Amino acid sequence: MTASTDVPEKDADGPMLAADGTPLKKSLSRALRVQKLRALALIAPLLIFVLVTFIAPIADMLFRSVENQIVSDTMPKTTAALADWDGTGLPSDQVFEDAYYDLFVAAERKEHTRLGTRLNYEQTGASSLFRKSGRGLDDIGEVYQDQFEDLDENWDEAQPWAEMMGSEDWLAKEAAWEKGSRLPKFALRDGVEELLPRTAEQYEIFANYTHREEGDSLLDEEPWSAVHTALYQDLSTQDVSGYGGPHADMLKAAAALVASPDFQTVSFTDGFGEIDKDWLEPEIWRTLKLYAPKYTSGYFLNSVDMKLTPDGAEARPENERIYIMLFKRTLFMSLVITCSCILLGYPVAYILSNLPARKANLLMILVLLPFWTSLLVRTSAWKIMLQQQGVINDVLVWIGLVADDGRLTMINNQFGTIVAMTHILLPFMILPMYSVMSTIPHSYVRAAKSLGATDWTTFWRVYFPQSVPGIGAGSILVFILAIGYYITPEIVGGTTGTFISNRIAYHISTSLNWGLAAALGSILLAVVLLLYWAYDRIVGIDNVKLG
Amino acid sequence: MQDTGTSDAFVAFERVQKSYDGETLVVKDLNLSLPKGEFLTMLGPSGSGKTTCLMMLAGFETATHGEIKLDGVSINNIPPHKRGIGMVFQNYALFPHMTVAENLSFPLEVRKIGKSDREAKVKRALDMVEMGAFGGRRPAQLSGGQQQRIALARALVFEPELVLMDEPLGALDKQLREKMQFEITDLAHRLGITVVYVTHDQTEALTMSDRVAVFNDGRIQQLAPPDQLYEQPENSFVAQFIGENNTLEGTVAEIKGDHCVVKLDGGEVIDAKPVNVTKVGERTRVSIRPERVEYNKERLQEGAHTLKAKVLEFIYMGDIFRTRLEVAGNREFVIKTRNAPDQVRLTPGSEIEIGWLPEDCRALDAN
Repeated sequence: MTASTDVPEKDADGPMLAADGTPLKKSLSRALRVQKLRALALIAPLLIFVLVTFIAPIADMLFRSVENQIVSDTMPKTTAALADWDGTGLPSDQVFEDAYYDLFVAAERKEHTRLGTRLNYEQTGASSLFRKSGRGLDDIGEVYQDQFEDLDENWDEAQPWAEMMGSEDWLAKEAAWEKGSRLPKFALRDGVEELLPRTAEQYEIFANYTHREEGDSLLDEEPWSAVHTALYQDLSTQDVSGYGGPHADMLKAAAALVASPDFQTVSFTDGFGEIDKDWLEPEIWRTLKLYAPKYTSGYFLNSVDMKLTPDGAEARPENERIYIMLFKRTLFMSLVITCSCILLGYPVAYILSNLPARKANLLMILVLLPFWTSLLVRTSAWKIMLQQQGVINDVLVWIGLVADDGRLTMINNQFGTIVAMTHILLPFMILPMYSVMSTIPHSYVRAAKSLGATDWTTFWRVYFPQSVPGIGAGSILVFILAIGYYITPEIVGGTTGTFISNRIAYHISTSLNWGLAAALGSILLAVVLLLYWAYDRIVGIDNVKLG
Repeated sequence: MQDTGTSDAFVAFERVQKSYDGETLVVKDLNLSLPKGEFLTMLGPSGSGKTTCLMMLAGFETATHGEIKLDGVSINNIPPHKRGIGMVFQNYALFPHMTVAENLSFPLEVRKIGKSDREAKVKRALDMVEMGAFGGRRPAQLSGGQQQRIALARALVFEPELVLMDEPLGALDKQLREKMQFEITDLAHRLGITVVYVTHDQTEALTMSDRVAVFNDGRIQQLAPPDQLYEQPENSFVAQFIGENNTLEGTVAEIKGDHCVVKLDGGEVIDAKPVNVTKVGERTRVSIRPERVEYNKERLQEGAHTLKAKVLEFIYMGDIFRTRLEVAGNREFVIKTRNAPDQVRLTPGSEIEIGWLPEDCRALDAN
């Protein structure tokens, strides 16, 4: 050989170098990076689509299975106060006071019913209790509101309140406000926070609510009764004699009224008891304390027929258990459906793969024909076939195999679901089996026979082992489809043939308990992944082929 | 064809016909018999019926008519797994989900041979093909040549007396193929087994076989030992199919015993040996092997007819020279000469005279 070569030179013990002297590894990875970027660019549209429309919603949904911020968001003061409560007897009046202010605002925002619905999942009756309380809380505040109003009309006017609570600067801006422009941010007058702490806090909450949610000027809106309640509390504890700001006379008169023995008061505990005596039971407070954290395991415990108690998780009573049974039934029925698909599909796939291509294609169309019909139509067709006055029962009665009064129940139970779903999922079994079987050369069968094997031995020792990857692929496909199937069990399942997915759908669309639905869905997902892992360990995922 | 003595034949086809569609015959009236220990090759172009014959013998196809006998017994109605015939397939057909040893053990297991016996036989068979160390491997981990050996060992491990091979070397490269050709024949003779071998490669057929059956159009065109097949083809199909061949067309002008004169279409006259021409005036195609053409006049017989030829091309091929000529209007007339020190290298454009011994030039049918 005379041709000189530019083969990369290797230093005495350094790395392999490319022609231009850079390390070969580096220039290789640079060359590959361009390829990788191009590949990434090609899949980017689908990747983004899947991320936005599929992965993100699923992640959000899974997150809901532990999310529980609604309790602490709606009743921040109460949950904080309940942290110190030991859970025995009734909580202190302070807790009731916090609950009053929290719920008052929530009721104004119409959020108390949502919280009630949330807590109703954990304690029956919570929903109506909260709905009732939203209306009833006004009764507490009105006791004070009415007395102050009787003393001075101005206590139920917007302007004096605003002048007393707001800073001069803010008042000027608020007065100059015109509809359509931005409302100036409310600012407390200097010193009012020290003088009337509760009132200032409640008025500020009221001010922010009026500004943000109503879009009204504080000079036009008189405060709600919680502010009057706060004023009473402040006047009964604070000394306002040194106050010299706006409406000082009015405030001092009110302080005198509060100090007088005629002034009517009501304790928060009694007020709540007045609304509903359930508030005087410790149970609702225990539930509130239990579900105060931002994240909860409650939904997951619920999904496995357990519940959260102050002493940890414990099993639900026998008659309230449903989900474990549903999970077991779902797994069992999916398994039965997968097995029947294998038994029915294997011979079909075998025949298809051993026919000449032209005939096989024709028959393949017959296998695929169900795909051209709506799923609902196919399922409903089974309903017509299997029901007690249906085609099959009629035929059996006509032949005389079954007495007219002894017609078989084949629908609205497990049998109906298994029959209909086996039929619907069969193509998903046949297709992968067919594509694997059609790659098994016919010469293997001939070879086995020439070596002296009978037809059965040939099938069992030579053909079948090679078709196992097809069975594996079909089984995974059918099983995973079956485990999450919804429409067919919904229509033909009755009560004994429904799947866990039907329960999930119920919680999504009817009971609106999305947290529980998300927890059930997460468990289903985990079970599928677990089975997939087990399959990989036992059979090996390399043994799954789609052709 | 002419072979009808089936009394001592080990394998015999008697008036066998085969049709797949009921309209055309793929195998037409096949008669063939071979004695024990013979290596017979079925050679022919694709679609000539040779593989069908093999499959009928193996039992994978049934004869439409006629009888196939093994050791004197008709096997028409015996299913393939009871025939006890070893078979090597084109793509080896080694079971991919079994190891090499399991593959070899399979025919012994189905024959219910005991474990220790089985292991001994498998080991012997593997050693026979020099693959003793590969028993634990999967077929996919072996090279093509190794798979071929295993397939051979598997076909032999249960000690069949008859082994069929369906183009077993088709997938190998040239060097390996030549090596395996030798090994297969060597093994067959050593074990004394009868082999029916199907191929479309004529070199393979000539080098390996005791006898070759040339198939075309569903019939055996000639059944003869390799040398006879090459040197004395009985019809123009065999002459053209086996080896390289020059043909010239003409009419028989004169027949005298084993000698005839053919008048070519261009008017030239040549000597030939009549093979299947019978009367004067018949159309014929004469065939001459390239290495039997002579242009050194001193080597020709007295009074031999010669033809004028024009040299078109001279190709140096190492061991031989290949010269393309224009002879009597045929521009594809090729002669081959040995590369010897005294050999003349013809220059393109020059005009020469060529001739041959009459017995090397065979006047065959014109089809």
